[in-house]
Amino acid sequence: MSLSTAARKPIELRLPRLSISNARWLSPVLLLLLWELGSRTGVIPPRILAAPSTVIGALWELTISGELPSNLLVSLARASVGLAIGVVAGTALALIAGLSRAGETAVDPLMQIKRTIPSLALTPLFIVWFGIGEAPKITLIAVATVFPIYLNLFSGIRGVDVRLVEAARSFGLSPAQQITQVILPGALPSFLVGLRYSMGVALLVLVVAEQINASAGLGHLINNARDFMRTDIIVVCLLVYALLGLTADLIVRTVEQRALAWRPALIKS
Amino acid sequence: MSISPLRSAATHDREPVVRVRGFTRRFGDTVVLKDLDLDIAPGEFVALLGRSGSGKTTLLRTLAGLDPAPGQDVVTPAARAVVFQDARLLPWKRVWRNVALGLKGKDVRARAEAALGEVGLDHRLDVWPATLSGGESQRVSLARALIREPGLLLLDEPFAALDALTRLRMHELVLSLWRKHAPAVLLVTHDVDEAIALADRVLVLDHGQIAAEEVIALPRPREADAAFQAVRQRLLGHLGVQNLRPVAQEGALISFPSGEVVA
Ligand SMILES: Nc1ncnc2c1ncn2[C@@H]1O[C@H](COP(=O)(O)OP(=O)(O)OP(=O)(O)O)[C@@H](O)[C@H]1O
Ligand SMILES: [Mg+2]
Repeated sequence: MSLSTAARKPIELRLPRLSISNARWLSPVLLLLLWELGSRTGVIPPRILAAPSTVIGALWELTISGELPSNLLVSLARASVGLAIGVVAGTALALIAGLSRAGETAVDPLMQIKRTIPSLALTPLFIVWFGIGEAPKITLIAVATVFPIYLNLFSGIRGVDVRLVEAARSFGLSPAQQITQVILPGALPSFLVGLRYSMGVALLVLVVAEQINASAGLGHLINNARDFMRTDIIVVCLLVYALLGLTADLIVRTVEQRALAWRPALIKS
Repeated sequence: MSISPLRSAATHDREPVVRVRGFTRRFGDTVVLKDLDLDIAPGEFVALLGRSGSGKTTLLRTLAGLDPAPGQDVVTPAARAVVFQDARLLPWKRVWRNVALGLKGKDVRARAEAALGEVGLDHRLDVWPATLSGGESQRVSLARALIREPGLLLLDEPFAALDALTRLRMHELVLSLWRKHAPAVLLVTHDVDEAIALADRVLVLDHGQIAAEEVIALPRPREADAAFQAVRQRLLGHLGVQNLRPVAQEGALISFPSGEVVA
């Protein structure tokens, strides 16, 4: 009987799937080819947009000459320092507001007011205050990244299941232990969501802040390229910005996978 | 079995571990518990029945020290432990760390392992709570309570969310753990059959007071025999559920929880 059922089973032939409708890579590649074709035939002049092949050439040159790595490092430092300040401040404010009513009364209204002012609108003020060096750029990034962290961590702390806190209390955990063992781990997923937002914001603000008369950094590279109409270098910088965004996302994902291993959705993977 | 007069707290010669006198609890204008008296002897297994909203959880929370009772005459042992209806395990701590929650010392893992062994889960020491079934979660929750060697074990409908078969297994487990560790137990339940199967004494909470009391003198394990049915009928009467035909027949494998009070 087992034989007959085994024999009746259809033999699965695993052919490589070449279905055109599933190939998500196809349209981007097609676009690139069209772009290259347009550039070669002169339909797209280089001062409008350089050909993909030219862009790759520029990328290679800039990397070899060390121009790209050194400027990338400057930009990266700006973004990380600003982000670090923003994350620390946002976390501190969220803890103050999240863990006590008095803290909420003191901090939350200010944060809500701050939210109504788009961070980038503060640029002129910061230039007046800090000049055109590194300080206004870093401050701008820090100010912009505070809010996503604050908002998410605050709501995460407030969203922690009170029944778990109560259970911990019933087993004799001190208020400090309740915070470190129940409330903060419970709010960690929200914090990581905030961190991911903040990284995106940091990148966005970096791009704008670097337009402030930078003498180094990716923005400086772009500004120079603009003056010489080097669209190939501009596109290289855009690619690097995109890469930074992807890397930031990857970092948070990795942290999530390690720190939130207990979550049912992540357990299977 | 006999109906002892109210407030005599059966036949205890030892000092009660739980002693509540004239306890009143109100939320706003609604008085939930009013002038309530309760004694529980050391090692006694007491079940608390009552319709939904009668204040069972309120009483249990007071005994657990979760709600303060300032200026009221409530005496409980220092070592208390609660098993909640929802297991309330911390999802970000592995099972053994949940059991050892708040304990200190070098041997906590070994102690947690021993406690989990008693509930038959020593092979799941290092898993995440989210991977446990409902019954397993409740067993972990039991281990977490018992590792503290409580003088008073408070159970708030701990089996209500479990299927009938798992519930019967949990009954056996709770009884064997109770015999071994001998804590006083207060079991809050909706299920009359469960109360009769487990407890030394069944209390009915109504109108904010202990309205009725049945001492169950039947030998354990308890079959759904005529004596069982008689107690059951009386308790259902106290709960205001009349003319329920006895469903569980004598010798039936599973006495279906038709005694559940749904209000
Ligand atoms: N924190 C609270 N604030 C206001 N009212 C409350 C609070 N806790 C309980 N109550 C009220 O007290 C009454 C008793 O509640 P309790 O939870 O003790 O009932 P219960 O007997 O455990 O019910 P159930 O069997 O449904 O669990 C209910 O009417 C409930 O609405
Ligand atoms: Mg209840």
